[in-house]
Amino acid sequence: MKTSADKLAHRAVEAAARQSYGRLVALLAARTRDPAGAEDALADALLAALNTWARDGIPKNPQAWLLTAARNRLLDHARHLEVRGRSASTLETLANELYEAPDPDALPDERLKLLFVCAHPAIDPEMHTPLMLQTVLGLDAVAIGRAFLVSPKTMGQRLARAKTKIRQARIAFEIPAADQIPQRLEAVLNAIYAAYGSSWEDAAGRDQRAVGLAEEAIWLARVLRDAIPDEPEVRGLLALLLHCEARRPARRSADGRFVPLSEQDPHIWLAPLIDEAERELAVSAAHARLGRFQIEAAIQSVHAERARTGRTDWAAIATFYDQLTRLAPSIGAAVARAAAHAEVHGAQAGLALLDQIDAHSVVSYQPYWAVRADLLRQLNRAYEAAEAFDRAIGLTDDHAIRAFLLERRRR
Amino acid sequence: MQYALLIYETSADFARREQAGDDPAYFGAWRAYYKAVVEAGIYAGAKPLDAPETGTTVRRRDGKPLVQDGPYASSKEQLGGFMLLELPSLDAALEWAARCPAASYGAVEIRPVASEFQRRFESEDQRR
Repeated sequence: MKTSADKLAHRAVEAAARQSYGRLVALLAARTRDPAGAEDALADALLAALNTWARDGIPKNPQAWLLTAARNRLLDHARHLEVRGRSASTLETLANELYEAPDPDALPDERLKLLFVCAHPAIDPEMHTPLMLQTVLGLDAVAIGRAFLVSPKTMGQRLARAKTKIRQARIAFEIPAADQIPQRLEAVLNAIYAAYGSSWEDAAGRDQRAVGLAEEAIWLARVLRDAIPDEPEVRGLLALLLHCEARRPARRSADGRFVPLSEQDPHIWLAPLIDEAERELAVSAAHARLGRFQIEAAIQSVHAERARTGRTDWAAIATFYDQLTRLAPSIGAAVARAAAHAEVHGAQAGLALLDQIDAHSVVSYQPYWAVRADLLRQLNRAYEAAEAFDRAIGLTDDHAIRAFLLERRRR
Repeated sequence: MQYALLIYETSADFARREQAGDDPAYFGAWRAYYKAVVEAGIYAGAKPLDAPETGTTVRRRDGKPLVQDGPYASSKEQLGGFMLLELPSLDAALEWAARCPAASYGAVEIRPVASEFQRRFESEDQRR
């Protein structure tokens, strides 16, 4: 049986890990440039905390306790390495570090550095988000694998490989020079967006873990906004995520069915999130430097207007998608642009835009077939519509969306 | 590289097939998935299997055949069929397995085809 002291210690360790994992890894890795080693040391410290805190009580500053304990582990480890004559510099850095005030909040930039390291151009772009989720947020390979539909074992191996690369290539733990930030920032923004996207796929919001990942992505975007407040794209991303998040309660009906945006009840959108998104967007607009995320946020902002006006300004949305496909072409943007133009100029015009998209690139792209099916149905081309519906249904991995499309197909 | 998607279903799922005509949510989902797989150019074969109670299991022990009614293993979810897909990686196989209707109500196991083993027993015995 667990004693109540055990339980208390367990809860305190869990809370400390949840609140400060990323910050602690960042602080530890900032000097050693070795996130994997930092995570190992922190894991040891968390384990030690379970016993020590149960025995001696929970320390006043749990984060500082964990940081000191983890640094001691790193120092022990470095000593072992030094004996083998490999890493004297690591030992020195740590020794200098050890007696500094162990206040995790003293170095707010460390997390930012870690974000830039995780999205470094030397690392496979597909690994940027998983690395961030692990080193900045402390998610394990199983949870990350689930979010990205990769087997836990494979994800573990890929994470290990990416971290080895960071260490071997001596990738610098630093905020890039001002003139390099826009270029390096894009990868960081994409990685945060992908983290949010991975949780959004399960739009049901019933999966608590998925909801958690959405919150984490928004948290990362806020961290980034606080660190580099003058980058309009950062605010654009934050605004985009907030707009999407505001609609979470409306994306499913009470009985769990999928509700498309156009049929959502705007009164159950989360107004505080929309307000925050609008504030971010307004600040970013003042910089007069337009970018992909600002445009996408602006599109969501137009949709959000429906809560006030009761209608959707599709002409404005179509114009934004025109801009988006010019500035940051993607299949997703091209398909959404066709759908927007269909709302303004009719289904035939939308279909013509869909036909311009390279056929090979949409073979397994579900949204293309869903939009196509809908437009063909509007044009009373029943047979082709049914075929397109089937493609969209067959490419869906979400049960609620599959049921929604099957229902549409029958109508 | 070929991957087999092994589809596991409960007896309730097997029963749904009998009402397939009246249950477009079930039949329609499978037809659409099959179409998407074929159109993607990755289809290498597929067969649904009859319900597990129609199975018969044979073993030969000490020179004597042992015949048993029912499937090899008794568990809540039973092999209901398989698909063979030509795919570049396990990642791609996972993506297609997630789209399989059975992933939403049963389970889909992904197994790489042991093509090297197949090559060995298909080729002529060189020692002969």
